[in-house]
Amino acid sequence: MPEPSGRPGHATDFSYLRLAPAGEARKPALDATVADTADLAYSLVRVLDDKGHAVGPWAEPAIDTELLRNGLKAMIKTRIYDARMLIAQRQKKMSFYMQSLGEEAIGAAQIMALRKGDMCFPSYRQQNLLIAQDVPLVDMMCQLFSNDQDRLKGRQLPVMYSMREHGFFSISGNLATQFVQAVGWAMASAIKGDTKIASAWIGDGATAAADFQTALTFAHVYQAPVILNVINNQWAISSFQAIAGGEATTFAARGTGTGIVSLRVDGNDFLAAYAVSKWAAERARGNYGPTLIEWVSYRAGPHSTSDDPSKYRPANDWSRFPLGDPIERLAQHLKHLGAWSAEEHTQVQKDIEAEVVAAQKQAEAHGTLANGQASSVATMFEDVYKDMPWHLRRQRQQAGV
Amino acid sequence: MSKTASNQSRPMTMIQALRSAMDVMLGRDDNVVIFGQDVGYFGGVFRCTEGLQSKYGRNRVFDAPISEGGIVGAAVGMGAYGLRPVVEIQFADYFYPATDQIVSEAARLRYRSAGEFTAPLTIRMPCGGGIYGGQTHSQSPEALFTHVTGLRTVMPSNPYDAKGLLIAAIECDDPVIFLEPKRLYNGPFDGHHDQPVVPWSKHPLGSVPDGYYSIPLESASVFRPGSELTVLTYGTMVYVAEVAARESGVDAEIIDLRSLWPLDIDTIVASVRKTGRCVVLHEATQTSGFGAELATLIQEHCFYHLEAPIERVAGWDTPYPHAHEWAYFPSPKRVGDAFRKVMDESPGRPGSGFAASGKRGG
Repeated sequence: MPEPSGRPGHATDFSYLRLAPAGEARKPALDATVADTADLAYSLVRVLDDKGHAVGPWAEPAIDTELLRNGLKAMIKTRIYDARMLIAQRQKKMSFYMQSLGEEAIGAAQIMALRKGDMCFPSYRQQNLLIAQDVPLVDMMCQLFSNDQDRLKGRQLPVMYSMREHGFFSISGNLATQFVQAVGWAMASAIKGDTKIASAWIGDGATAAADFQTALTFAHVYQAPVILNVINNQWAISSFQAIAGGEATTFAARGTGTGIVSLRVDGNDFLAAYAVSKWAAERARGNYGPTLIEWVSYRAGPHSTSDDPSKYRPANDWSRFPLGDPIERLAQHLKHLGAWSAEEHTQVQKDIEAEVVAAQKQAEAHGTLANGQASSVATMFEDVYKDMPWHLRRQRQQAGV
Repeated sequence: MSKTASNQSRPMTMIQALRSAMDVMLGRDDNVVIFGQDVGYFGGVFRCTEGLQSKYGRNRVFDAPISEGGIVGAAVGMGAYGLRPVVEIQFADYFYPATDQIVSEAARLRYRSAGEFTAPLTIRMPCGGGIYGGQTHSQSPEALFTHVTGLRTVMPSNPYDAKGLLIAAIECDDPVIFLEPKRLYNGPFDGHHDQPVVPWSKHPLGSVPDGYYSIPLESASVFRPGSELTVLTYGTMVYVAEVAARESGVDAEIIDLRSLWPLDIDTIVASVRKTGRCVVLHEATQTSGFGAELATLIQEHCFYHLEAPIERVAGWDTPYPHAHEWAYFPSPKRVGDAFRKVMDESPGRPGSGFAASGKRGG
């Protein structure tokens, strides 16, 4: 049975990651076959080298500097948002929270490579898909606080957002179900002759679920226009990625075995994340079929506010993770380009802090879970069916609402 | 019935009626797509989709990998996009791998997204026994669906209803579990397995309009009017109840529920209040079966009108057997015995379960 190389009290040996130098992985043509690209499922696409320079074939064409600056700001905003919401959870203003610390690059880069109208089927750690689109934070916070402006009427755990107009499918707490739904959505788009594509999200742990493999089979059989994202952040609560079957192979290799072009990518490298997402989106939109991307990253925080990772992994693991911090890496690159500075970083952080604090104040004016200022109880009986059947009307009366 | 267009009727089996419903809806609504194991080129193992792929193309009617979870999961995604998928689970006995997608996803999507996303799916599945299918081709899992809030569960008993209800199910914006009693596909089987079944072409309910019509969900039908007791049943058992009434001489009013949940409580209550006696009948296993819900509803709505305890006839609480199929299947004799028991028992009779206190209201 696999064991992680590090546990509390002794440091992780990260050589198991089998990293490749930046710039080494080749960039295939959009119409490349699975046989032609099988090596890339065991390699690692990286653009930023250790000094923050963009190198290799995936660095071309160069990404617009303004897009990179926006990406960096979105990552900073996500991290500040998470930190503030974590405190709010500790203050019992919400029941639960999940941060995306350390994984901010992946969703932020991918949403910038997608178009309006595309649909993401997220897992629970992709708040950056919303934040990078500048969705009003107050709307997101009202969901977290389950207050009277929560558009989901207090029905869902915090972080289980649903924002159709922002291409963000309703999150389910049942892992992996969304993966095959994304393929179905993409099939529907193809059936209708539409050019919209789907983007599916799953963690390394949930790839062990049947729905993951089913999704791959359906995506391959119907050549669905979908990007299949696997975030390998090394940990599913306390289960090391090898418990999901990652030892001596890769999660990208799962796709190769199913006939899907699959890449393994440095998930903490914003430039790689954008370049590969754009490539996969072009493949989907150009009718070249699905792409599976394994994003190698690290879950820097606890699984959720109900978890204590110091019980099962070294406390300083993230600081030793070889792929570093995605925010620092992009900031370093932008500084080389002369498009970022320490002063600007401080100023941006300050501005975003102020924005988040203001949004939180506005959201809290509509209530928090602590003060019980929620949607009316009568709404509990709505939306079970399109039209309320007699038995629910009767039960609503019995509930006295 | 409602929304009946003026169109020619002709004899159809239940298979032809179901196919006709899908044909009509594929023609009327570009968002309808049909898929499942074997349903495309071949037209399904029961031939319900035969000819539809050649008529509407492989984009609208197609084969799916043998993965019920994948079939329903993909349909949920298609529904979120705006399509109206109709999927076939080859036998109801095979739906279990799709449970997460049905229970946690399709049934909950409207609620959890506050109406932003919906899953207007129809999930067709042949159910019930009587075909020597053994335990994996004979089950009646309806109670597993009626327990799931957010689902509609429907089971027709004849070609006319099958078409009208399937059209209503496809048009419905809620996910609908559409159970097809496969023993009724070719005729109104009444449980006398040693006798030939009358073909639908010789039965009035086998006369089906060619075009569009729908039967509202949540509407039961009074299949046989009667005065002495009410039978609450659905699917194949409708005909078993009918023959049991004839053979026992009990003037039973047979209510064919058609929609199991949400159901037509008014028709049920009106009948039981009229007859004062009730038999609950289904082919599925008894314990925690849908009959338990029906008996409770009668207790809640009709207690003071009852002249005798409610009798329940169901499949035995065993897996569906193969060689002993006819010892398992609720026979006309078992149903007739239940009728006589309910008629014999009245308040005050020993063993009736009623105390003759005279204090009951009514």
